Amino acid sequence: MNWITNYVRPKINSLFSRREVPENLWTKCPECGTMLFHRELAANLNVCSACDHHMTMGARERMMSLFDGGIFSEIKVPDPVVDPLGFRDQKKYSDRMKAAQKASGAKDAMLVAEGEIARTPVVAAVQDFSFMAGSMGMYVGNAIIAAAEHAVKTKKPLVLFSASGGARMQEGMLSLMQMPRTTVAVQLLKEAGLPYIMVLTHPTTGGVTASYAMLGDIQIAEPNAQIGFAGARVIEQTIREKLPEGFQRAEYLLDHGMLDRVVHRKNLREELATMIRMLMSLPPPIKGDLAPPPPPPEPEVLPTPAESEG
Amino acid sequence: MNYLDFEKPLSEIEGKAEELRALARTTSGMDVSKEAEALDRKAETALRDLYKNLTAWQKCQVARHPDRPHCKDYIDGLFTEYTTLAGDRAFADDHSVMGGLARFNDRPVMVIGHEKGNDTKSRIERNFGMARPEGYRKAIRLMDLADRFRLPVITLVDTPGAYPGKGAEERGQAEAIARSTEKCLSLGVPLISVVIGEGGSGGAVAFATANRVAMLEHSIYSVISPEGCASILWKDAEKMREAAEALRLTAQDLAKLGIIDKIVPEPVGGAQRAPKDAIEAVGKAIESLLGELSGKSRAELLADRRRKYLEMGSKGLAA
Repeated sequence: MNWITNYVRPKINSLFSRREVPENLWTKCPECGTMLFHRELAANLNVCSACDHHMTMGARERMMSLFDGGIFSEIKVPDPVVDPLGFRDQKKYSDRMKAAQKASGAKDAMLVAEGEIARTPVVAAVQDFSFMAGSMGMYVGNAIIAAAEHAVKTKKPLVLFSASGGARMQEGMLSLMQMPRTTVAVQLLKEAGLPYIMVLTHPTTGGVTASYAMLGDIQIAEPNAQIGFAGARVIEQTIREKLPEGFQRAEYLLDHGMLDRVVHRKNLREELATMIRMLMSLPPPIKGDLAPPPPPPEPEVLPTPAESEG
Repeated sequence: MNYLDFEKPLSEIEGKAEELRALARTTSGMDVSKEAEALDRKAETALRDLYKNLTAWQKCQVARHPDRPHCKDYIDGLFTEYTTLAGDRAFADDHSVMGGLARFNDRPVMVIGHEKGNDTKSRIERNFGMARPEGYRKAIRLMDLADRFRLPVITLVDTPGAYPGKGAEERGQAEAIARSTEKCLSLGVPLISVVIGEGGSGGAVAFATANRVAMLEHSIYSVISPEGCASILWKDAEKMREAAEALRLTAQDLAKLGIIDKIVPEPVGGAQRAPKDAIEAVGKAIESLLGELSGKSRAELLADRRRKYLEMGSKGLAA
């Protein structure tokens, strides 16, 4: 201790402690490694300004960027039985759920809402990869059924954004049964003659791809989104060879006839409105009359490690 | 006989009985029948005890037993006039899925199933029961045909899962499975499904989205293989025993969860010990499940299936 520490240190300390530093002020682009400031990143719809990589988007954030003026109202999803199997691996499933709910402020991996896109009424369902890798369990199934039923009741199209590692293993066969359950939801829309537009975002794999995510009337994907059934590692182990560049990416799927379009996030609203209005025999959307982009939301919570079917 | 690891005590007893009989055959005037019979009885008791309380992992092993009857055996044993129909009309004929017209108790039906094969050559030919998109598209085509000609559809499920290959992905494995499930849900004819061995994830759902689903007593049906689940959640593929337990993949647990409708009893020691009895039991189950659906209209059958899946999962497994 001398006079310098006594005199200077408190000042420096207070200088640092007074500044409130948000935890993820900067985000590193997972593709090109560029450090991106959170405000700019949000203003750019979570797309890297250096390489155009489309990063994952939280459900609420997505809804805000999708609807006119960022305005939407949530649609209630019936609560499923909590932890139906009493599942426990290294941790209890109920504890994992509580942790995920606390970290995200969301109930589960899907949000359902209605609002307008370029003055076109739409029901939207958004899967959130940051919630247990967007895995599909009973709640996600209930959400898709609720979305479809609401769309049928109000005669609106359904736009569904997928982002998922697949079925939620911790719900065992009940998660697998969401494949037929969500397919019934799609059938309800088809019977009612309402458009069902799928937007596949990074990443969409496993049982999600093998059910509602591949049954859209129109199949859109975001650039470079990973889309597939089996995981790339599993395939490499099975066939014992390296997979080609771009395998299971949106553009690769487009080339192989599995998608209608690959659409940049900044053009998505307009494209959705244009197509939906044609499918529903409505006049074209009025361009240039769109509401201003929503204010940048707060930085996103970092995704939790993947916990889903391969 | 191929013994599973937990059947080791049994293999010792049966081995001894066999040795004793072999010895008696080469030594004249030696009578071992009493001793051998005693060993046989011991073996039978041991077998009964072993199979009374199989763990979930042991059931996985039994479900995958190489000597278990497979799809082809059931078709040969239960159907007449089976006529294979091949191809998806787009790319290829997938030999891991077999199907065609047949008669079940004289009634014309469409039968479709995964076939694993029973020796090295046929296993490779059948791709170990792992279907590619062509397999699902063939199944869709056959289901559609059945629907148009008002034939009930019977599916036999026995697959480790859909094939994870490069070409399979490129040709739309996920889309093919999704469409097959969708086709199951849009049939106006009865659809009965029996899990005869392994019900491997999406590859099984594509066939088993049925009005009634039955499972053989020691078969399994799961969202992921226990090994896969262990490697993801336990970060250790060797924890498959724990994973198998946690996943609730046995017929008994799935019946409690309301996911399946019927458990078909297997002969003592599993279907592999008495294939004929197992096949017969499956035949009886199909007959009774078909009976439950007889007289229902197209609309009723569709609504029945749809309601079943919409309501599924409303009760948990209080364990």
